[in-house]
Amino acid sequence: MASSAAAASSEEAVKAAKVLMVGAGGIGCELLKTLALSGFRDIHIIDLDTIEVSNLNRQFLFRQSHVGQSKAHVARDAVLKFRPNINITSYHANVKDAQFNVEFFKQFNVVLNGLDNLDARRHVNRLCLAAEVPLVESGTTGFLGQVTVHVKGKTECYECQPKPVPKSYPVCTITSTPSKFVHCIVWAKDLLFAKMFGDKNQDNDLNVRSNESGMSKSDVFERNADEDLDQYARRIYDHVFGYNIEVALENEETWKNRRRPNPIYICDTLPEEAIWQNGSSRDCNNEQEEPSAMVSLGLRNPQEIWNLADNSRVFLEALKLFFEKREKEIGNLIFDKDDQLAVEFVTAAANIRASSFGIPLHSLFEAKGVAGNIVHAVATTNAIIAGLIVIEAIKVLQGDYKKYRMTYCLEHPSRKMLLMPVEPFEPNKSCYVCSETPLLLEVNTKTTKLREVIDKIIKSKLGMNLPLVMIGSTLVFEDGDGLEEDEAANYALNLEKVLAELPAPVINGTKLTVEDFQQELSCSINIKHSDHYRDEFDEEKEPDGMVLSGWSAPVEKQVTSNGGNQSVASSSGADDTDDIVEDISAKPGMKRKLDEILESKENCDASSSAQVVEDDDDDDIVMLDEDPKLAKKKRLQ
Amino acid sequence: MGGGGGGAEEELTAQETALYDRQIRVWGVDAQKRLSKAHVLVCGMNGTTTEFCKNIVLAGVGSLSLMDDHLVTEDDLNANFLIPHDESIYGGRSRAEVCCESLKDFNPMVRVAVEKGDPSLIDGEFLDKFDIIVVSCTSIKTKLLINGNCRKRSKHIAFYTVECKDSCGEIFVDLQKHSYVQKVGGEPKPKDLTYPSLQEAISVPWKNLPRKTTKLYFAMRVLENYESSEGHGACEASLSDLPAVLALRKDMCDKMSLSESQVPTALLEQLLAAGKKQHPPVCAILGGILGQEVIKSISGKGDPIKNFFYYNAADGKGITEDIPPPSD
Repeated sequence: MASSAAAASSEEAVKAAKVLMVGAGGIGCELLKTLALSGFRDIHIIDLDTIEVSNLNRQFLFRQSHVGQSKAHVARDAVLKFRPNINITSYHANVKDAQFNVEFFKQFNVVLNGLDNLDARRHVNRLCLAAEVPLVESGTTGFLGQVTVHVKGKTECYECQPKPVPKSYPVCTITSTPSKFVHCIVWAKDLLFAKMFGDKNQDNDLNVRSNESGMSKSDVFERNADEDLDQYARRIYDHVFGYNIEVALENEETWKNRRRPNPIYICDTLPEEAIWQNGSSRDCNNEQEEPSAMVSLGLRNPQEIWNLADNSRVFLEALKLFFEKREKEIGNLIFDKDDQLAVEFVTAAANIRASSFGIPLHSLFEAKGVAGNIVHAVATTNAIIAGLIVIEAIKVLQGDYKKYRMTYCLEHPSRKMLLMPVEPFEPNKSCYVCSETPLLLEVNTKTTKLREVIDKIIKSKLGMNLPLVMIGSTLVFEDGDGLEEDEAANYALNLEKVLAELPAPVINGTKLTVEDFQQELSCSINIKHSDHYRDEFDEEKEPDGMVLSGWSAPVEKQVTSNGGNQSVASSSGADDTDDIVEDISAKPGMKRKLDEILESKENCDASSSAQVVEDDDDDDIVMLDEDPKLAKKKRLQ
Repeated sequence: MGGGGGGAEEELTAQETALYDRQIRVWGVDAQKRLSKAHVLVCGMNGTTTEFCKNIVLAGVGSLSLMDDHLVTEDDLNANFLIPHDESIYGGRSRAEVCCESLKDFNPMVRVAVEKGDPSLIDGEFLDKFDIIVVSCTSIKTKLLINGNCRKRSKHIAFYTVECKDSCGEIFVDLQKHSYVQKVGGEPKPKDLTYPSLQEAISVPWKNLPRKTTKLYFAMRVLENYESSEGHGACEASLSDLPAVLALRKDMCDKMSLSESQVPTALLEQLLAAGKKQHPPVCAILGGILGQEVIKSISGKGDPIKNFFYYNAADGKGITEDIPPPSD
């Protein structure tokens, strides 16, 4: 270890390096600081997000006065204060924007991710592979964290291994048979809240019940012109917690092996308030402050679990406050975990529904965590992970690939270690992203439209943004701007055709070629025709009615309010989680499709126990061997 | 006094709940309340303690006091993001003063103050003002003295030392007697730990230690011993001291029946070459681990390190070592 020579060369490598950071959130703030202190002089940083109050407990480059401003710009300015002589270029933008193409990526010596969602991580992984730039990837949840290194041809890429699968819920669990509090939250947020305050034209499964009852669909939720607000709130309450449950109970089949829910009516929960005041809210909420049902009702502690009566009061009050104070927003509201009144409404509605179904109630604080998919985050873990990223980045700059390590930050020591290095794995030879192995799609080619394959498989599962689909040499679909009008019309026509009836028919054995030019990713999909109908696929496992094999990483998807598919726009640090766990809270302008709702979950794979490969040399390396899939993988030599 | 006083039942304010939302989801409201009542003293401001200070100010401790009268020099700028690169700001001022000013900004709910004085003289009632004391960049003699004085107080004072030598680092923890709630398979269980003092933890005969004990433990003891015998402060030995250090290694190894190969020359060389240099990513790692440990000890939640932590960027391992007191 010629330490001084090595030190000199590492210093030179750092000075000369041009690095790209994606994300200026929890990990990003720590990383930018540590890079600057470590002697990096040319740092580019991309983040889409603006600063929020709940960021300030760990994103230490930001202050109260910065709330609402661009994370990337503020982080840059803050670091230049203690390192004025370096270059930091900040972009307040989505890393998926076209300007950040392969050419853009090629100018960097290494890319460092401090992202919070799977979608952006996959995108950056593909651009790094295409541009042949090494990637150092990271994530944290609470006290857990990990740093991994991905170098094309030398180590596995980010998508070589299955990622923890986010939970999705069948529609009927949410609409009819909730058994966990999270089901009630999803119902309250994605169905009831959306129905009451969101886009009325959006399809919504909450309608189903009222349709069956023979009532005209939308009237139930519509406030009649001369209807007293208090009356209206009570009518909605009785409808969703009382009447809808009664209707559901009529279907005896459903309750054969389940606990029957209790219909809840306002006259039972708040009998003494049957002729309640006409809106208590008017005096208590002064105009300056954000309207809050908790404030008007004098409920102060968000950690407290309210009883059914309190939840009912909060529900009525929050509903009324929306109509009194925020009427202009009704019809356009999207649930936002930072919207106090929305959180109050959803908490109360979820708790009332939970009461009905015999599910334990939760505090507003807890409900907010579930509804907003808030992931635990602390400054210390982010600081440690940022340090580890820089250590790996320096090795990458020196091209010292035998020394690359994946490092796991653990909560409890394993084999005495709190920080556990593991040798990186070789690329997975059947990875559809970094190898050329074809995928297999089992699908009913006579009933499935091209649109479904593009939306549910190519965009959603394979994570492509602007796909192009070829069958042999026939181009059947292309996305993006710059299409001729007749081309676009032709593709639009193809979208609505079933696979077997496309200009080049897709039948058993057909091979599709799918490409995304922005990601410079191309892959083949072999089609296997299946006579199954949609219903015959297991709804839990394959809600799309198609089975894709040879791929591993699912991605969260959202449906825009106009019905078009669009992946979650969250790029860098899109939410104030810093995380491996992708955040799925709805972004403005988007709505989530119910069967793709994910469950927030601490899915840091660092928690799997790892074992040291024992030998007499103390410089031994650790290898994860609990997971049989991992154990099979070869270690790098 | 930021958050000081008041009963344990006292609720967090709306402002605190909003600011600390994400971390309350990690350690709970009770831990957050305890944090807001804890008083921390840091002796010695360098890259590592700077990281630590940032972490606990963000976490929302009640107060943080900094003790370091050394005037800021250009050397101090290297691994320290609390000192602006502007001599007109730091010129003629102490490290504690300049760092204090920057830290105040990080969290208006935490009181950050300067304690003037010499760490080697602190004792008695002064110590009782604090729940946590962290010592860095001072001689082993001073560390032993402060640790000994903490242990004499009837008040429970948690004591930590941290040193970063370029790409390596060491943290020592003395919680004396520590009771906390351990989670075993989801079941909370009360647990009690008894820690040896610093004096005990560095005087255990090496032959009694397990063979797998990290080499850094031994190397740090050799350097410590050397610096103390030469009357040096911490990290003042340099590469030119290598022959003398190697002689001392032989001496100590012979005396305690340990093979010299357990204290490799290359490692001693690396540590001596480091001198006072601190590698910023290693500072971030040590400051992060230390921050977490202090939060664990204040909150009584989570397994604290007993009683050493080592990090070496060369192998990438962050290791805990449980060094027992010498048995009679």
